[in-house]
Amino acid sequence: MDIPYTVKPRPDTGLYNAKVGIWLFLASEVMLFGAFFSAYILLRVTAQHGFWPDVADGWPHGLLNIPIGTFNTAVLISSSVTVVMAWMALKENNFPKFRNFMIFTVACALGFLGIKTFEYKEKFSHYVIRTTDGKVVTGHLDVDGKSPLFWNLDTVKSKNIEKLKVEVDIPNKYRFPVGMHVPEDIHKAHAEGRHHDEKEIEVSQIESLKAFIPSTHPFFAIYFTMTFLHGLHVLGGALVLAYFTFIGTDLWKTNPEQFTNRIEVGGLFWHFVDLVWIFLFPVVYLL
Amino acid sequence: MASTTSHTSASHGVTHDDHHHHEPGFFQKYIFSTDHKVIGIQYGLSSLAFLFFGFLLMMAMRWQLAYPGKAIPVLGALFEKALGTDMAQGGVMQADLYNSFGAMHGTIMVFLAIVPLAFGAFGNYVTPLQIGAPDMAFPRLNMASFHLYFLGGVVMLGSFFIPGGAAKSGWTSYSPLATLADPVNVIDGQTLWLVGMVLLITSSLLGAVNFITTIIQLRARGMTWMRLPFFVWAQFVTAFLLLLAFPPLEAAGLMQLADNVLGTSFFLPTGLVTSAGQVPVSGGGSPLLWQHLFWFLAHPEVYVLILPAMGVVSEIIANNTRKPLWGYRSLVYAVLAIGFLAFIVWAHHMYMTGMGTKIATFFQTTTMMISVPSVIILSALFISLWGGSIRFNTPMLFALAFLPMFGIGGLTGLPLGLNATDLYLHDSYYVIAHFHYVVAPGTIFGLFAGVYYWYPKITGRMMNETFGRIHFWGSLVFMNLIFSPMFIQGIRGMSRRMYDGGATYFQDGVGADPGLLKLNVSITHAAFGLALFQLPFIFNFFWSISNGKKVTSDNPWEATTLEWQTPTPPPHGNFTSEPVVYRGPYEYSVPGAKKDFTPQGQPG
Repeated sequence: MDIPYTVKPRPDTGLYNAKVGIWLFLASEVMLFGAFFSAYILLRVTAQHGFWPDVADGWPHGLLNIPIGTFNTAVLISSSVTVVMAWMALKENNFPKFRNFMIFTVACALGFLGIKTFEYKEKFSHYVIRTTDGKVVTGHLDVDGKSPLFWNLDTVKSKNIEKLKVEVDIPNKYRFPVGMHVPEDIHKAHAEGRHHDEKEIEVSQIESLKAFIPSTHPFFAIYFTMTFLHGLHVLGGALVLAYFTFIGTDLWKTNPEQFTNRIEVGGLFWHFVDLVWIFLFPVVYLL
Repeated sequence: MASTTSHTSASHGVTHDDHHHHEPGFFQKYIFSTDHKVIGIQYGLSSLAFLFFGFLLMMAMRWQLAYPGKAIPVLGALFEKALGTDMAQGGVMQADLYNSFGAMHGTIMVFLAIVPLAFGAFGNYVTPLQIGAPDMAFPRLNMASFHLYFLGGVVMLGSFFIPGGAAKSGWTSYSPLATLADPVNVIDGQTLWLVGMVLLITSSLLGAVNFITTIIQLRARGMTWMRLPFFVWAQFVTAFLLLLAFPPLEAAGLMQLADNVLGTSFFLPTGLVTSAGQVPVSGGGSPLLWQHLFWFLAHPEVYVLILPAMGVVSEIIANNTRKPLWGYRSLVYAVLAIGFLAFIVWAHHMYMTGMGTKIATFFQTTTMMISVPSVIILSALFISLWGGSIRFNTPMLFALAFLPMFGIGGLTGLPLGLNATDLYLHDSYYVIAHFHYVVAPGTIFGLFAGVYYWYPKITGRMMNETFGRIHFWGSLVFMNLIFSPMFIQGIRGMSRRMYDGGATYFQDGVGADPGLLKLNVSITHAAFGLALFQLPFIFNFFWSISNGKKVTSDNPWEATTLEWQTPTPPPHGNFTSEPVVYRGPYEYSVPGAKKDFTPQGQPG
């Protein structure tokens, strides 16, 4: 028994089965990420005044590293181009060229994930600290030259630290939503190239200390959930593409058309993963 | 059933793959099979088992409602032993146990019983046969769907036995209740519920992709869209509903999972306080968000429950009236219209949330609109009966009963779709009566009809008619005795979530209406009656596998659609020669034809 149209397109629809399948799957993926984007919108518009310290709309801005995010966007878009080049190389019957483009694609995927991991780590070691006098600062901790992750006030107290060294951020302009006044001394600090102030805070004066982790604020919750889910898609796509580049190449010899189809389907998924990021990047980094 | 499958298929043994034929082992044949028919049977048997289990949960709850505080006979001691004294002290159902049985009854019935039976079992077995396909488009994906479903079921069942018990916040799992219901346990019933749901949703998504691709790509030569049996159309639209409505619930499930496990506040508002004091979370989330995402799935899910049953009923009505379905094209357009409108009615479940009158008006308008195609379908099926020489066999009896039962369920839904009346009826027994009329005597009757109708194709033997009729009449009477009094209870204001059936409400004589409580008792008796009348079905189902009347032809009902033009049971690959379709699906009693049915595959 053979299932028809697994390789050749069905004449009246002009599509082979897997192509219909992947488009349907991508439709469901649109609904999945669509739900997360809707959740983002709802959480953001219902955030109350002051819910994130010192910001009128209660929503943190400018906490993510925009240059790195931009670079990562470029990495992912490049991989989306090369995955098409790889598919075209197969159409030209040029397997070595396919392999080179595909290796570049997979390398981009791994690069993207590596950079994302670095960003995550940077967030897990980033803190928002509120002191008893009502002041709020953000920054990395400096404990014996190390920058610890996932601490909270209890961890600090359990280490018997009396004075906590903090590299307090001098906020960039993105921290201030459009229309909000940016204080003069911040302009001045940036003009001088200063981005941090070393400060020592008495632990007894600290009211709360939270890392930039999902439970700290709905912004982090939605940021980590969406980017993690996207990262899983990148990983899944990269595994599939790597499989066809390194392990599952025998099919190219026995049935080159089916192999090319599989690359096309994998490529469609890869474009989708790229597209999600193109929405995700402005939404969480820039807005 | 499985053994018969292999036994008789060998006698037909004319398959296309004889040249590389080898005898697969037990696991490959029955557990890791990629054959859509075996997978259909796997779905069928598991979902029927879940249907029975969900029914048992309800029976235990019904006992508690009728006789609050009295030990459950037989099962009470078992519950105490298996689930702990916190749950069933002295065999008496405690509030937590009632709540978890309630939540799991809904979850199991919807996601593990009805949908897998309607979509997984009938869809898998019948759809490829009816369109003339050798199998599903992606057989291995199909197997993965079933395995994910099964795993989801195991997780759901396992959650009963962890500390704190299974999820107890209703099948709707509204936040913040769902997140705070089990504050003590790290991995609680709700967490496992969410894990189970993610597995079930993934299974449904893979299934939906597979069904749609199969119907688009694998239709036999000549099987144009307007020659598809209505059952296939119903499955097609159902698959689209699953494909596009389920992902938002998957997203919501992942977010609630984060709320439970990571301490996020997606659905937890600022300043949330319980009896234990302020809840130590950041807050800033939105409980309304959960409800939107949940109902975005759960309303289309209602049509996922009903459409396949409508498909089954249409096939059986056309076959047993011996005339074409009235208004086939209107049926198709109506089912497509339902498919579109199903996505824009969800917030009629949320009138009580205070989301605003403008939004409520929008959703009440769309809700009234969706009743139009539903009425078209029902009317077309009713008119199809007109002037037919009806054969009253068991499948037809169930199919006929489906029509008024679904009618009652649908019409009583209108007051719930209108904002003004819903504010009063919301969360009362009226709601329970309404949707159970749609799903229990509605959908389940349709599915019973399907079991009796396709049983001879699957096993080569008929189910016993006498037992079938006993099963039908008993079920019809007791279903109505169970659910119609609930309309009265609901209209009189009885809330649906009271674990003692409202006894505390009435004990001080305030607003006392002993009649309402007496109805609890009579409903429970009726539920036991319903259970009694399922025994003939269970017996019939297993007994007929080896003792039922053997079919004398491959087409015992003299039907027109392609599944009856295969050997019985169909071999691997389904058709002995490539099927070609020459005509529409319901050419019964064609004037001038030799017989009163002209199969789709008959040339000329």
